[in-house]
Amino acid sequence: VTTTAPSTPTRARPPQSGPKRRWSRDRAERAVLRVLRPLTIAALLAAVVLPFYYMLLLSLRPIESLLLRPGSLVVGLDELTWATYTEVLTSVGDGGQGFLRFMANSAAVATTSVLLALTIAIPGAYAISRLPFPGHRQVSGLFVAVYLFPAIILAIPLFVVLTRLQLRGQLVGLVLVYVSQTVPVAIYMMRNYFQTIPESVEEAGLVDGLGRVGVLARIVLPLALPSIMATGLFVFVIAWNEFLFALLFLVEQRDRWTVSLGLAQLSGSVEVPTTVLMAGSVVVSLPVIVLFFLTERLLTEGLASGAEKG
Amino acid sequence: MATTATTRPPAGHRRTLTQRRARTGLALITPTLLIVVAVIVLPLLWSVLIAFQRLRLINVGRAGLFENLTLENFERVFASAELLSTLWTTVIYTVGSTVLSIGIGLAAALALRQPFRGRTAVRAVMLLPYVAPVVAVTFVWRIMLNPEFGIVNTWGRRLFGWEDPIAFLSQAQGTLTLLGLEIPVPTALLTVIAFEGWRYFPFAFLFLLARLQALPGELEEAARMDGATPLQTFRFVTLPQLMPVIAVLAVLRAIWTFNEFDDIFLLTGGAAGTQVVSVRVYELLTVQRNVGAASAQSLFLAVVLVVLLLGYLRLLRSRGEQL
Repeated sequence: VTTTAPSTPTRARPPQSGPKRRWSRDRAERAVLRVLRPLTIAALLAAVVLPFYYMLLLSLRPIESLLLRPGSLVVGLDELTWATYTEVLTSVGDGGQGFLRFMANSAAVATTSVLLALTIAIPGAYAISRLPFPGHRQVSGLFVAVYLFPAIILAIPLFVVLTRLQLRGQLVGLVLVYVSQTVPVAIYMMRNYFQTIPESVEEAGLVDGLGRVGVLARIVLPLALPSIMATGLFVFVIAWNEFLFALLFLVEQRDRWTVSLGLAQLSGSVEVPTTVLMAGSVVVSLPVIVLFFLTERLLTEGLASGAEKG
Repeated sequence: MATTATTRPPAGHRRTLTQRRARTGLALITPTLLIVVAVIVLPLLWSVLIAFQRLRLINVGRAGLFENLTLENFERVFASAELLSTLWTTVIYTVGSTVLSIGIGLAAALALRQPFRGRTAVRAVMLLPYVAPVVAVTFVWRIMLNPEFGIVNTWGRRLFGWEDPIAFLSQAQGTLTLLGLEIPVPTALLTVIAFEGWRYFPFAFLFLLARLQALPGELEEAARMDGATPLQTFRFVTLPQLMPVIAVLAVLRAIWTFNEFDDIFLLTGGAAGTQVVSVRVYELLTVQRNVGAASAQSLFLAVVLVVLLLGYLRLLRSRGEQL
């Protein structure tokens, strides 16, 4: 590893005429920073990556070898095992933990949430960005409030409502909650992007006889596709990772558990070996991490653009 | 686009056009409004009502909207001996986590400001703690910090000669021996704060890096030309320009941490001196099965949050910061 900081050709040398002491302090600071910068990056990388590495490591070792050599940082070839994964994935009836089922539940909930949230949020974002209606400022304010509002306070009345509607224990109830919580943020993320589309392009469409909905579907949607994908991913990750509402609504019915809930519930019991649960953790995290790396640029730009205008 | 300019419609026609736009806008926003009002606004208003009702989990299905009105829930919440300690824990947890996550985020953003090979990849990896499922990362932390076979205690004993394993997540009070001094430390609370710093620094990092890269370079260049050292340039030129973003980040992180439930519940379950208000709400709801009291407690949480936020905003305004 090289410790030289990246050279910046634009950086001008300080004027030579400055006082002598300043000059040396400047030099000392530069020297320290040159070492500190790569050190900081390395330390942060280690802190971020190690827990994930540890997760993967433990998922590939049998529990006996973990207890025998808890400090080991590598998997020996003789101890490498996939049995943890088969156990965590196979159904309870076949002696496993049934994570495949949980994943199917989570995938269904997350995909439905994405589709519904986008269907609702795209027209909403378009209206906010292009069609000033009476009270649109109040509506924007309401959305910010929803974005900031704590889930735990919402949890109690929703718990009661869903119990009364007999929707508690149904995945539908969960989808409703996720959609209503993500739509305001989704609108916020897409609105900024919609505003960058030149209005003249849309007017051309209007002149050609398309209605507003036609303009939205034929002109705005294709142009805003990157932003829409980023927003969809954002909703997916939220729905996939969510824990509190899944816990409150579904805890009594094991066959309806989402992956997050399943892992949390099983990790509280002593009967399932840690290494098997680590395999479960990998299985829960993998879809999100893979999606994230595939679309990282889209997602970070979408998030950053949503926050830029604060 | 020339049509609008040349064939200017009469004033009356124009107004109907604006009206039509407004009507389309309303129609397009209606689905959003409906779901937000139905699933968020109405339930919230209702939870205020529930806080004044004698409502148990068992009779949730039958109780009428205005039945059994009482102030009992609030009496119960305020009479609880745990209220103050819980609130205090929540405040320490919130301040500690917010400061730590923004501090690490700032350090990371500054370290990654200058381009180098692989920076995009490093930036992406830095975001991992924030995107990974909370259930998975809390589980890994719990195992890493496990006193029996966790990697931290194993290596701590091997490298630093710890005599006894440290129960990071189940020890309420530990002693830190530093230069012969024995300092009492709230072990579990500090561990949970460290976790928050780890999990949420990417959020601050992302926004601070974006802001840093959008800063015009001339000011810093001028400061350097005038003989300012790198630290002086940062302190007097760069940092002031970042302050608005930092202020917003602090507000956002504080709001979210103050109500955070998942992280503490999954790490410690609220034991060992980490019981925050949201965990208490959950216990009232599911363990004691007292819906009314849970609602009163959560209302209390919301009110304290609003008061703290207003105070913070006032502080910012009096210092002349723009939010």
